[in-house]
Amino acid sequence: MKPMKNKARENNKEVINHMPSENKSPGSKTILSIVYIFLGLFVLMMGYFTFFLLAKSDDVINSTYNLRHDVLAKRVVRGNIMSADGKVLAETVTDDEENEIRSYPYGDMYAHVVGRVMRGRTGIEEVENITLLTSNSNSTEAMYNDLVGVKNPGNNVVSTLNHKLSKVAYDALGDNRGAVVVIEVKTGKILTLVSKPSYDPNNIEKNWDKLSEDMNNESPLLSRASQGLYPPGSTFKVLTALAYMRANPDYIDYHYECVGSTEYEGMTISCSNKRAHGNVDLREAFAKSCNTSFSTIGKSLAIDDFRSLSESFFFNKPLPARISNNPSSFLLKVGESGVKEIMQTAIGQGRTLITPLHNAMIAATVANGGVMMKPYVIDSVESVGGRVLKGYMPEEAATLMTSKEADYLKGLMRSVVTDGTASRLKNLEIKVAGKTGTAEQEGKSPHGWFIGFAPTNDPKIAISVIVENKGSGSEYALPIAEKVFKAYFD
Amino acid sequence: MYIVIELTKYLMLIMIGAYTYHAFRASGKRNKNALEVTFRWMTLFLFLFHFTGYFTMYLQLQSDKLLLLYGGQVLLFVLVIGFYKIIYPGISGLLLRNMLMLLSIGYIILTRLSFDKAVRQFIISGVALGLGLLVPLIIRKLSYIRNYGWIYGIVGLVFLVLVLLIGTENYGATSWLTVFGLFTIQPTEFVKLLFVFCIASLFAEGTDFKRVIAVTVMAGAIVLAVVFQKDLGGALIFFVTYIFMLYGASGKPLYLFTGLAGGSVAAWVAYRLFDHVKVRVMAWRNPFGYIDKEGYQISQSLFAIGTGGWFGMGLYQGLPTTIPVVDSDFVFSAIAEEFGGLFAICLILLYVNCFLVLINVSLKTSDNFYRLLSMGFAVMFGFQVFLSIGGVIKFIPSTGVTLPFISSGGSSIVAMIIMFMIVQGIYNDANVLN
Repeated sequence: MKPMKNKARENNKEVINHMPSENKSPGSKTILSIVYIFLGLFVLMMGYFTFFLLAKSDDVINSTYNLRHDVLAKRVVRGNIMSADGKVLAETVTDDEENEIRSYPYGDMYAHVVGRVMRGRTGIEEVENITLLTSNSNSTEAMYNDLVGVKNPGNNVVSTLNHKLSKVAYDALGDNRGAVVVIEVKTGKILTLVSKPSYDPNNIEKNWDKLSEDMNNESPLLSRASQGLYPPGSTFKVLTALAYMRANPDYIDYHYECVGSTEYEGMTISCSNKRAHGNVDLREAFAKSCNTSFSTIGKSLAIDDFRSLSESFFFNKPLPARISNNPSSFLLKVGESGVKEIMQTAIGQGRTLITPLHNAMIAATVANGGVMMKPYVIDSVESVGGRVLKGYMPEEAATLMTSKEADYLKGLMRSVVTDGTASRLKNLEIKVAGKTGTAEQEGKSPHGWFIGFAPTNDPKIAISVIVENKGSGSEYALPIAEKVFKAYFD
Repeated sequence: MYIVIELTKYLMLIMIGAYTYHAFRASGKRNKNALEVTFRWMTLFLFLFHFTGYFTMYLQLQSDKLLLLYGGQVLLFVLVIGFYKIIYPGISGLLLRNMLMLLSIGYIILTRLSFDKAVRQFIISGVALGLGLLVPLIIRKLSYIRNYGWIYGIVGLVFLVLVLLIGTENYGATSWLTVFGLFTIQPTEFVKLLFVFCIASLFAEGTDFKRVIAVTVMAGAIVLAVVFQKDLGGALIFFVTYIFMLYGASGKPLYLFTGLAGGSVAAWVAYRLFDHVKVRVMAWRNPFGYIDKEGYQISQSLFAIGTGGWFGMGLYQGLPTTIPVVDSDFVFSAIAEEFGGLFAICLILLYVNCFLVLINVSLKTSDNFYRLLSMGFAVMFGFQVFLSIGGVIKFIPSTGVTLPFISSGGSSIVAMIIMFMIVQGIYNDANVLN
């Protein structure tokens, strides 16, 4: 077919031929600038797409809302979860009828931290779900498996949990309700995170109705260690002391005459057993857990400063921990809180609530010279062949006090052991520092607390123990901590 | 079985990679014989890719209907390459093959998502490609089509108002017209073409201030009509196309900056005023925070893309159908999930290549109307691709825009084929005249 030209086209062409080229519209330069603008847009978009796949997609696809997990499960046998000392905490086994079953060799001991896959995923099983369902085993073998229709083994997750320590802590809790958290001071590794009552994830299907109904109000499904909120009792005096130190640079000269109780507008705050501690300085007041002293200190503190100190320690917000947790709360507020509440709060009664994990982090921060490490429970991901695919590194969360402040607090906490409420540990070979707490409960026995670390000079581990509704911290929580320290330094 | 799906997955990635590589080489080549060789490679990879896709699906479905569909598509591709080359020797073989490559990716992913929709898409695009043969001829013969700028604008506006009055609502936008109770069309897709004709015609005659004001008022009316349809993506496309055409015709960057600034203010006002705009922005900023409702679609899209990873899950191995409207606005996510991220990047590059060819035509021709027309189409095409893909990967808020030549949707595919054929006509003309 010949190209056809009508008159109009011919005319146009002539006109154009007579025109100098810069009269072309749009001009070539303008068009080129548009090309560059659009190329820029596309480059940015492809850059974002690449960034998403490289850096963000791992977290995104791990969401429990992502139904594709089940697709992966058809191709891969879910990997194991291991303790740091090589024990299998969760594995996939096949029963006599060739069904895959998720098995937890230690039953209820790790139910909260390792988690479960049935009736909703929780714990490490949830956080590392995609990892466990991904296979990075030898690729030729993987291809062979594909050919013959055999599932590939998924990657293993190595936790930071120490089985020996966890078992001691778990057994030490006995029949009590409560929790124990042990953190490695310099790294933030969680060595132990146990709660009682617990449940056996092996029988979750069979017992689900009973567990979720929770007739006796025991909340066995709740990870008390990371999600249970308790009044801190006297363990909070660590922060009250720090607040006092910051407000009064001459804190070394602190003196108070304790007569066993103090009164404010009809409210009486008494020391344990109404005992008069006499003339005390800050160290003695702390060691003896003198309520009268500390509530009077509280009265002198500016609410704003007290609150911002607490919030710098992550009250009222999620903890900087790579494990699910409930935020602790500190409710003093200028204009809302009266003097009575401040006095209560200063000794850890008031309305303040804290998780055992959080309290362990505070002890670890003092032990670590004022630097709070992010607690974490997953150490690394390994392929079936033992090749490390991904390692998690210790991370600082924040520097919360000067080393001078930390050293002084260490001294205070050490004196609790040498001549205070934790003197039970006085003769222990390893030098422990800590703080006991007894959180009074309306009409019930109090919760007993102990937070601490050891050795005082060069701290290795920090601990937080709570025993619900049994009695004082020195009587119930302290012996559990003692067993854990002994097991660790044995 | 699974190993074959794995293998074909990598094969298809290699093929689109090779195709895209040749596409970019072709755009740099002047020598006719060398160009022909490159085109032959591209044709080869096009057919190989298409075959591998249907082979993988047939392996899993074993349905003879698939063979029939595949056969029909191969026939269509052969006819298109043959006829267009014979009738219009001067058209861009690169753009023609790119279009077929995009169509074949669309055919495969639609077949995987919904066989019925794939058949529909095939028939509509087949008819459009047949009728499209006439388009370059019309462009060449009826050179007085440049004279009716105002009429195009008014006709477009009338259609849009008509849709507002008697249109049907779909996915929250009132953009569809039911024709004789038989089928629905989305007039906006065709008004887009008319709009570019209108602006090109009016600005080809000059861009004195009075004219700019008058044309802007009319363009504004059209954009507003689309806004009232609650078609955000459509409105944005009209707006951006207009701003760039004004900038192109006048050569004044001031118009571009003023226009974009004005657009930003308008976008902010729309955000404050309209809930459906707010919802889109909310879902973009934090899709997982609203995963149960507003952010559901974006979250599912990101799950699909992320789980697919670089190499994809393989055809039928993912769960793309968990994404609402996956066969239309979110088809890119389905492609990324099953073909993989690298494939998806090749696809974006392929679109970039099309954009470059389109805008290159405006450089090649010396007629101002045609220059402006093909530039306008290039901008419209490029921006639509940007909105569509950017929206589903959460680069920008999702605005519900189809992916050219791939998304299912009759009006969209017909309009796109016409658009490419118009530019082919201009290219053919310029080539033959030279």
